[in-house]
Amino acid sequence: MTRLIVRRVLWTVPVILLVILMTFVLMRQIEGNPFRHSERAIPESIQQNLEEKYGLDDPWYVQYLRYVKGVVTLDLGPSLVLRNRDVNDIVREHFPPSLELGALAMAFALVFGIPLGLLAALRANKWPDYTAMVVANVGFAVPSFLVATLLIYFFAVRWGDVFDVPTSGWESWQSKVLPTIALGLGPMAYFARLTRGSVLETLQQDYIRTARAKGLRRRRVVVVHTLRNSLIPVVTAAGPILGFLITGSFVIEQIFAIPGIGRYYVTAVTARDYSVVMGLTVLLALIVIVANMVVDILYGILDPRTREAR
Amino acid sequence: MSAPLLEVRDLRTHFFTREGVVRAVDGVSLSVDRGRTLGLVGESGCGKSVTALSIIGLIPKPPARIVGGEVIFDGRDLTKLSERELEDVRGERIAMIFQDPMTSLNPTLTIETQLVETIRRHNDVSKREARRRGIELLDEVGIPNPDARIRDYPHHLSGGMRQRVMIAIALSCEPDLLIADEPTTALDVTVQAQVLDLLDELRREHDMAMIVITHDMGVIAEVADQVAVMYAGQIVEQASAVELFARPEHPYTEALLGALPQLEDAASRAGRLTAIPGRPPSLLDPPEGCRFAARCPYAGEPDGCAEHPPELRELRPGHLVRSEHPASERARSREGAPA
Repeated sequence: MTRLIVRRVLWTVPVILLVILMTFVLMRQIEGNPFRHSERAIPESIQQNLEEKYGLDDPWYVQYLRYVKGVVTLDLGPSLVLRNRDVNDIVREHFPPSLELGALAMAFALVFGIPLGLLAALRANKWPDYTAMVVANVGFAVPSFLVATLLIYFFAVRWGDVFDVPTSGWESWQSKVLPTIALGLGPMAYFARLTRGSVLETLQQDYIRTARAKGLRRRRVVVVHTLRNSLIPVVTAAGPILGFLITGSFVIEQIFAIPGIGRYYVTAVTARDYSVVMGLTVLLALIVIVANMVVDILYGILDPRTREAR
Repeated sequence: MSAPLLEVRDLRTHFFTREGVVRAVDGVSLSVDRGRTLGLVGESGCGKSVTALSIIGLIPKPPARIVGGEVIFDGRDLTKLSERELEDVRGERIAMIFQDPMTSLNPTLTIETQLVETIRRHNDVSKREARRRGIELLDEVGIPNPDARIRDYPHHLSGGMRQRVMIAIALSCEPDLLIADEPTTALDVTVQAQVLDLLDELRREHDMAMIVITHDMGVIAEVADQVAVMYAGQIVEQASAVELFARPEHPYTEALLGALPQLEDAASRAGRLTAIPGRPPSLLDPPEGCRFAARCPYAGEPDGCAEHPPELRELRPGHLVRSEHPASERARSREGAPA
């Protein structure tokens, strides 16, 4: 187990380098320049000075190596557009809300999605199943911005007297409720469907029949023998989804005015703020890598066969 | 002789599918005495396994349902019990082992967990005590080095060893009846004999009754005291093993025995294996009369057996047959017929 973890950690190094290289190349392929705006003409000499200052006139591989060195020393460089701001500052300030929102949405999705799927499977083709699956399908099909809008309309406007939840900001716990639901509903629906299918399949297994033939109580058959074996596909999907929830909450952050990192990401791309784009990409890649690593470790815990295969 | 341990009377288990009602078990009656072994033999799909699963209430519901009959076990009708009451019978009084030991154990739990949970489910003992008993059981079923093996996961063991673990789990609560559904079919031939010997030995030592379900007459010959032959959801012949092999009465049983490979002499070794022509009837819409009529070499004689279903009748004490023309009566009628 320890060997597995060490190996996975070492593997992140080449992956990160590759991510940096690809982002680097792709960003330079886009036309434009952080200092060359068409609407406000800046004298050519000033532009050249600026490019020189930020090292944009060096050959691309020098820039790349310099950037890699920065990442290794945990210095993501200055923002090219927001003067006097380091990428490190932006991350320090705006990443925590995004991380928290993603984690809350993930927790919401798992805590409600898995039991919902389990319930549906145990009452397959009866009304609890149909109800759960209608909820899941709707939750999956409706885009998060619409969910967010509906939540705001009903819980903050229509029944605002009853619930009294704020619709913007990220300070009180009340302000975190609606964004969490809006972001987590889709993944919750997905987990519910996944769990239902997986549990139904597990229930068909011979070892479930054995467990029942041993006279085990239904609760034990379901919790110990069925659920544990059914969670493997759910865990597989959970890794990438966690990455997506932390990085892809731009829309929700915008709607609820959450000072998260998603907004910086999008504006940085349009402004060609190379260092911000690079920094955030590396950060998000790291999150996805860590999430997948956790998935692999969970595999080992859930299924002893995978523990030894590595 | 006291009442039998298990008496199944006119059991009917039907599957309600989209295509219609499949009468998988359609009027099965059989009985098992304490400490004896009943062999239940028949080809694939004849309803052997469904019969066994019906006895301990493990048929897949839906689509299956017991629509009629009784399963009297030690004086109680199991078909009338609630699911919770049945859970107390399963594992404790009636244990079951299955065909495929590779898939019948939970791959994510250790042997220890799977043994201990069974012991502790039916006995009020500590974890440590249950573990000690588990190791004893593994030793008893012939697993070498049981202290270490108990910590293994199923995938560490071979098929034969896994079936031994299954047997250990089944024995863990000293059941009165062990149902073994094709216990050796998935195993290597050399291992098959070992497992059969083990089962028979354990049955004697623990004084338990067994139902051994198989399609293999060789297995029957090895372990069974009594034999019930099943065909298309019904019992067609029941007799002691000795009697059945010596004097089979039902044309189906005769054909089954005739289809066995013979090793006695060079002539039979050289010949081809005989097969039973045709296929068993669909249980969606079984024929009105005798279900074997379409494949029976003696049907069509003017007894109307293809129209009227023959009853299971006792030809000799302890020898029951469901056929209008059992072997002994055919012989008599040939003798009695005018030359």
